[in-house]
Amino acid sequence: MTDQKNFVEIRHAQKAFGTLEVLKDISLNVERGQIVAIIGPSGSGKSTLLRAINDLDPLTGGEIILDGVQVNKTLPHRQYENHINEMRQQIGMVFQHFNLFPHMTARENVVMAPKMLKGLSKEDADALAVEQLDKVGMLERIDYYPSQLSGGQKQRVAIARALAMKPKLMLFDEATSALDPELVDEVNQVMKKLAEEHMTMIIVTHEMDFAAAVCDRVLFMDQGVVVEEGPPEVVFRNPTQERTREFLRKHLAGAK
Amino acid sequence: MGLDFSVVPQYLDIILLGCAWTIGITVAAAVLSFFGGIIFAVIALYAHWAIRQPFRLIAWVFMGTPLLLQLFLIYFGLVQIGIDLPAFIAGIIGLGLHFAVYNSELIQTAILSVDKGQMEAARTVGLSRSQALRKVVIPQAVRAVIPPIGNNMIALLKDSALVSVIGVSELTLSAQRVIGRTYRPFEFYLMAAAFYYVINLGMEWVLRKIERRISISR
Repeated sequence: MTDQKNFVEIRHAQKAFGTLEVLKDISLNVERGQIVAIIGPSGSGKSTLLRAINDLDPLTGGEIILDGVQVNKTLPHRQYENHINEMRQQIGMVFQHFNLFPHMTARENVVMAPKMLKGLSKEDADALAVEQLDKVGMLERIDYYPSQLSGGQKQRVAIARALAMKPKLMLFDEATSALDPELVDEVNQVMKKLAEEHMTMIIVTHEMDFAAAVCDRVLFMDQGVVVEEGPPEVVFRNPTQERTREFLRKHLAGAK
Repeated sequence: MGLDFSVVPQYLDIILLGCAWTIGITVAAAVLSFFGGIIFAVIALYAHWAIRQPFRLIAWVFMGTPLLLQLFLIYFGLVQIGIDLPAFIAGIIGLGLHFAVYNSELIQTAILSVDKGQMEAARTVGLSRSQALRKVVIPQAVRAVIPPIGNNMIALLKDSALVSVIGVSELTLSAQRVIGRTYRPFEFYLMAAAFYYVINLGMEWVLRKIERRISISR
């Protein structure tokens, strides 16, 4: 509840695999309720940055701060594990390949973590599953296994699973890239709904139209640096950097 | 002198009692080898090296020496250090641990081949590594290797005949005892073989049921 302006703060993020620098001193602030899109060519470091926010890919330098608490604190191993598990409960993540648990139904996927970590009763867990799956329009499939769902349906269940922990921040890592074109929209609709509810979101995406329609801010990344950032109408219509223009030209041409 | 099965009915109760022992020991050892296999796999993959290294030695002993010798060691050997187990318990432990090591090899491979995204997804909702292993990774790994574990269980049934040497009156020893009285080895060994075959069919039927139930959720 501290600083609304710096709800998510990334300070001088650096990431190197050996001598290969993937992130070179990136700083970024996200306000509470803001939606930020990260675009850029593959290998630009955008997924790495997103995955650093919940420490799936730990940074080699810099700080990630969520709502006044540093995510990547330096702590002894045991304490760090407890700290990061607690932080991750506040950060929902949605993956390109859904990563639903195949041996659990939609319901079980959604309530497994809340039951385990928050000790929900059976009734509360059921109510939570209904609430979250209804929100993503998957209530009729509540007892289906992932293998019985389409890609778009799987991704909607995955979003419900992330929301069930009541996160403060949602991360989307190319959530629609693995979907057949006709299934993209149903997932986008769910993300729009979250936007209307003022969920703070950071979205790595290839979909310029969606980014332009939903996001407050767009970051264009290339080779581990933020090349350009601003409101979508500026970044998409009047980019100041040559690299951004080139990317958009290729990408928009490729999309047709 | 040809085959004469007319002596069989009066000794049927002894043979059937032997069947019951064979089934009991096989089921108990199978359960032990299944859960033991999961625990061994987790130790082999994730335990601290001070636990992992001695464990590896034990696993090697169970894989690299004859099961018969292991049964002798557990039943006759342990008495010397004050552990006097009933024969059937020694048999269950010997068979169970022996096959736990084999199951563990299967489960280890399966754990390593569960998609990395599964662990990541479990961690991102806040589960610890051990919680994620328990709820997400291991259940999937075990489901994937139920068919080969089933094959191990069929082998376990057949190897259960070895516990006859430490005096458990299971099917093979029961047949031998009856033969001692009747001097009719061909008839009663054939009978025993037939009963092993029937138990085998029953096991395969149970395994198929389990496999089918699991395949729905994959």
